[in-house]
Amino acid sequence: MIEVKHLYKAFDGIDVLKDISAVFENGKTNLIIGQSGSGKTVLMKCIVGLLQPESGDLLYDGRNFLKMNKREKKSLRREIGMLFQGSALFDSMSVLQNVMFPLDMFSNDTYIEREKRALFCLERVNLSEAKDKYPGEISGGMQKRAAIARAIALNPQYLFCDEPNSGLDPKTSLVIDELIHGITEEYNMTTIINTHDMNSVIGIGDNVIFICNEHLEWTGTKDEVLTSHNDELNNFIFASDLLKKVKEMEVDHNEG
Amino acid sequence: MLMRKVFSRPDKMRMSLKRYVNEIAKLGVNSIGIVMLISLFIGAVITVQLQLNISNPLMPRWTVGYVTREIMLLEFSSAIMSLILAGKVGSNIASELGTMRVTQQIDALDIMGVNSANYLILPKIAAMMTIIPILVTFSIFAGIIGAYCTCWFLGIMTAVDLEYGLQYEFVEWNVWSGFIKSLFFAFIIASVSAYYGYTVKGGSIEVGKASTDSVVSSSVLILFSDLVLTKLLFG
Repeated sequence: MIEVKHLYKAFDGIDVLKDISAVFENGKTNLIIGQSGSGKTVLMKCIVGLLQPESGDLLYDGRNFLKMNKREKKSLRREIGMLFQGSALFDSMSVLQNVMFPLDMFSNDTYIEREKRALFCLERVNLSEAKDKYPGEISGGMQKRAAIARAIALNPQYLFCDEPNSGLDPKTSLVIDELIHGITEEYNMTTIINTHDMNSVIGIGDNVIFICNEHLEWTGTKDEVLTSHNDELNNFIFASDLLKKVKEMEVDHNEG
Repeated sequence: MLMRKVFSRPDKMRMSLKRYVNEIAKLGVNSIGIVMLISLFIGAVITVQLQLNISNPLMPRWTVGYVTREIMLLEFSSAIMSLILAGKVGSNIASELGTMRVTQQIDALDIMGVNSANYLILPKIAAMMTIIPILVTFSIFAGIIGAYCTCWFLGIMTAVDLEYGLQYEFVEWNVWSGFIKSLFFAFIIASVSAYYGYTVKGGSIEVGKASTDSVVSSSVLILFSDLVLTKLLFG
């Protein structure tokens, strides 16, 4: 479980996050949603330690990340897997080498054991056939799956996904969502997904937090998203005509 | 700050050694061709120019070989070759690291708990400092072969005269000083370019700018340190 308590972050004196407090439970896919520029990526970067917040606390199963020394932070990082928006696979390595990389760096297993684990992770994301290809030779969806395999190679307790569906078609997005959701439940991980894809929210949003105007506007589940009376949330969620119609049908259905 | 991170203990020595060997191949071995080609032609051109400009009955013919050797040993094969490598290798390092930065590959390393500066930059610096004396050696030999080519194919003077000049009052220290200077230049090329690439913020335009800036800064620093080192080594 990850707890964020009264987190503040500013750039050049301008507040980007104000008094954010949230709980991200393990075994659940926790979604951070919000408009572009609302600060959700900054929040995720603060949680994983790529940015230093001005104040607040970040508790990883009770361990305060912001009060850890360098060695403790380094040790905690081995419990973290991250899927970046652009996959961030290493161009000079094959898919298998990418997945083996964290094992090569931090595992004391033999080469055969490391390779076996990497192949298992690739099998888990249905990417065994592309193991010898380079990131530039595979599609965006396959790159995302390879990045997921790399992220879970060390069996992390915490998985962070920054806009995992960006640049993917709806069908592939669904595959990625289901994969992340499945892995989260299977390994009982604390998964935090940063997204503005409404299909993801409705599909896998076990716990949803909505960031608006630098602060935490709303929290709830995927079911509560559709029935919420929060104006800011409704303006964001039902911005598209398709979802407006879904909302109208939901209201008609309830009244009928 | 960056250099402190670079020169810390590697997370996994085996992985750093693997990268070091790869960098020697990528930065050094792949530069041998261009180094030899440029040195061959410069050696030939220096010989032709000297022969044309100092043809005087009072000046012995072997002077051409003597001056060619001194130019190659003292300046061309170390300083000028390093300027050329700053363009080839420096821009390669800056653009590679810059691209890794903007595509979040460096962030990925940091999040895994890898000391990205150490893992990415230290093998490049070590590889450049290992391979540059070899490149200098290749450059010296290629320059001398170029000088001989002018005798064999252009017939501007006899190879015997050239050879006499090349061997005349040979000072071994001149070779060593070239190696010593080149080690400093290798450090400058790798570290300055890595700094510009590693600290890129933005997108492809910034990567291009970092690549250009790294070449300019490395070149200026090489010229300045050449002056200082020449004074220290020969002063």
